[in-house]
Amino acid sequence: MKHLLSTRDLSTEDIVSILAMADHMAEINSRALPKVPALRGRTIASVFFEDSTRTRLSFETAATRLSAEVMTFIASSSSVNKGESLRDTIETLSAMGVDAFVVRHKSSGAPQQITQWTDAAVVNAGDGWHQHPTQALLDAYTITRNFHELNSMHGRTVAIVGDIKHSRVARSDIDVFTRLGAQVVLVAPAAFLPTSLDGWGVTTADSLDDVVGVVDVVYMLRIQRERMDEAQLPSLREYSSLFALTPERAARMQSHALLLHPGPINRGIEMTVDPSLVPGSRILQQVTNGISIRMAVLFSLLGGDATITLSNGVEG
Amino acid sequence: MSTDNQSIVIRGATVINPDEMFLADVRIANGVIEAIGEALTGDIVLDAVGCYVSSGFVDLHTHLREPGKEEAETIESGSRAAVLGGFTAVVAMPNTDPAQDNVKTVQFVRDRGRAVGLCEVIPAGCITVGRLGAHLVPFDQLAYEGVTLFTDDGTGVQDALVMQRALMAAKRLNLTLAQHCEVASMTVGAVMHDGACCSAMGVPGWPSAAEEEMVRRDIELVRITGAREHFMHLSTKGSVELVRAAKAEGLPITAEVAPHHISLTDELLSGFDPIFKVNPPLRTMSDIAALLEGLADGTIDAIATDHAPHAGHTKEQTLDTAPPGMLGLETALGVVNTAITLSPQKIAALMSWNPALIADISDHQGRPIAVGEPAHIAVWDTTTVWSVSRDELASRSTNTPYHDMELRGRVRHTIYNGQLVVQEGKALA
Repeated sequence: MKHLLSTRDLSTEDIVSILAMADHMAEINSRALPKVPALRGRTIASVFFEDSTRTRLSFETAATRLSAEVMTFIASSSSVNKGESLRDTIETLSAMGVDAFVVRHKSSGAPQQITQWTDAAVVNAGDGWHQHPTQALLDAYTITRNFHELNSMHGRTVAIVGDIKHSRVARSDIDVFTRLGAQVVLVAPAAFLPTSLDGWGVTTADSLDDVVGVVDVVYMLRIQRERMDEAQLPSLREYSSLFALTPERAARMQSHALLLHPGPINRGIEMTVDPSLVPGSRILQQVTNGISIRMAVLFSLLGGDATITLSNGVEG
Repeated sequence: MSTDNQSIVIRGATVINPDEMFLADVRIANGVIEAIGEALTGDIVLDAVGCYVSSGFVDLHTHLREPGKEEAETIESGSRAAVLGGFTAVVAMPNTDPAQDNVKTVQFVRDRGRAVGLCEVIPAGCITVGRLGAHLVPFDQLAYEGVTLFTDDGTGVQDALVMQRALMAAKRLNLTLAQHCEVASMTVGAVMHDGACCSAMGVPGWPSAAEEEMVRRDIELVRITGAREHFMHLSTKGSVELVRAAKAEGLPITAEVAPHHISLTDELLSGFDPIFKVNPPLRTMSDIAALLEGLADGTIDAIATDHAPHAGHTKEQTLDTAPPGMLGLETALGVVNTAITLSPQKIAALMSWNPALIADISDHQGRPIAVGEPAHIAVWDTTTVWSVSRDELASRSTNTPYHDMELRGRVRHTIYNGQLVVQEGKALA
């Protein structure tokens, strides 16, 4: 694996082995001094063309815990619009000596295009509506570890609720969850579904009430207000009445069921329940797991021979 | 280029005319076809064994980019690309800067084309001032300058009443309006065909309905006004069906299809390469099948390239920000002939005779190969297999989607106005 651009770059075996490696990383993260020399001497540039403090900090923390050098490039969209092309930005940073780029971009496909202009590894930290592969890996990790199932989501049902059409999280999650054996049901108004679901291997439901009491995982997506306008949904209230996680709906979740959200939460829009009052909420655990998963991904891409370097690091 | 007083003999080709095909030598002198017969001699003898000789191709849809974007193409570089593709006339799209909505700009394009002298450059006029869709251009003044085809290409005329008024004016002045069919409100930010691939890639889609809705509306406006309308670069199955029905009704409608729409599909965008971004977008196999059927049964009248050069750096942007468009002039014959098996007469009809009629230049372009006719001639075959290289094209830009692809069928010689401008696939000036 040279890059991680899409979950589709990963075989199911790759996914399972990254989840297993994240267990090692979680152990490192539980230590008093959570740091290993596995990527000492490597330089990782986090290049964010779109604001995302939490994903950037998660990646940078992961890199730091593996002892990599971190270079941060934050381009407000206005400064990039002033002139420098994506190609020039990447070639310039590359010339400073970068082993991996962690890229967030508002345009779908930008991380893939970047691979033409650098020899470094490229990790997609979210591109447009396309993919957010480490989010899907950390979500799969969170779900499987909570259900004490290491390699599989077989027999589990996951409801993904909200704006599927404009969600890179949904596209990545659906791919990973279904390949690990889960059944995925999308819960969204038609304007928030993509035109075609051919090959997605999912079912759809018209309201959250239809599924909230029977699924193993309720995955709430963030709803952006501007999308509500664009989709011309009749009203926020109508949306909330059918698709928001209310206290009443949360109360109908099965006792073992999990509540996940990629953050940041728009309280009062997609969730009117306080997540801290939902017993199955693993939203903060997702954030914690994100660091272990990103350590596993960076190590897989840059660490060379996993068994040697990691065991040296972990046990050293 | 050959000089005026040198005679040229095209030796050993099959002459392609609407009602006949025969082996003969063709001699050109003093700008006209001077003799057709056996074993003719002349100052320059072109080997054309295994080739067809027809009237030069006519492209209804060329973006020459001058004035305004000379870094992408000029009238000179575009003219050279045209003749290498066998075209002896191109209709220059009016989305220049300034736009071809005024006499001065139209005169500039026409005169610059004449000064270059490689092929006939016929400026199209805008339908509305600045292509903004609000106010009609002075059709009569532009027609006086030789403009025969009017279009806001790049965008469709969104307002139905504006389009109806334009058609009424065109009817009165005996002009043809050409529509870029796209309901803009349905394609905001669109990147590619709105289908399975687009949904998986997470980019805004270009629904087929956005094209078909305007085709449907304009058919109704033609029915009301009786004016001629030409539908540009049709790309969907639904559009073909609408046009087929409208023609069966006898409405004065014509239609073109671009080579890329019958040879490439939306799946090529899965690598996010902006080289495959084009407006209208690459569609699906079932759309291609419908377009090919439309070509075969006459629903589609013409092949038109929509040659759209873009400077290299503009295609190095992300897919959503890169401009749509691809080169087409130099590859048109090969792409069409590779995509579909057509008789040589059908190829000549789609690429020369019909577009000459639609552009209203059939008094001198798209003529039969006959003694006394003006010598605008293409010599081409349908068998040579060649590999496209973006670095060897005459265009100033390199945005061909066919780089490294093999095509079957190539233009060997082109003669414009009696002058040899392409010999053995090489431009002479």
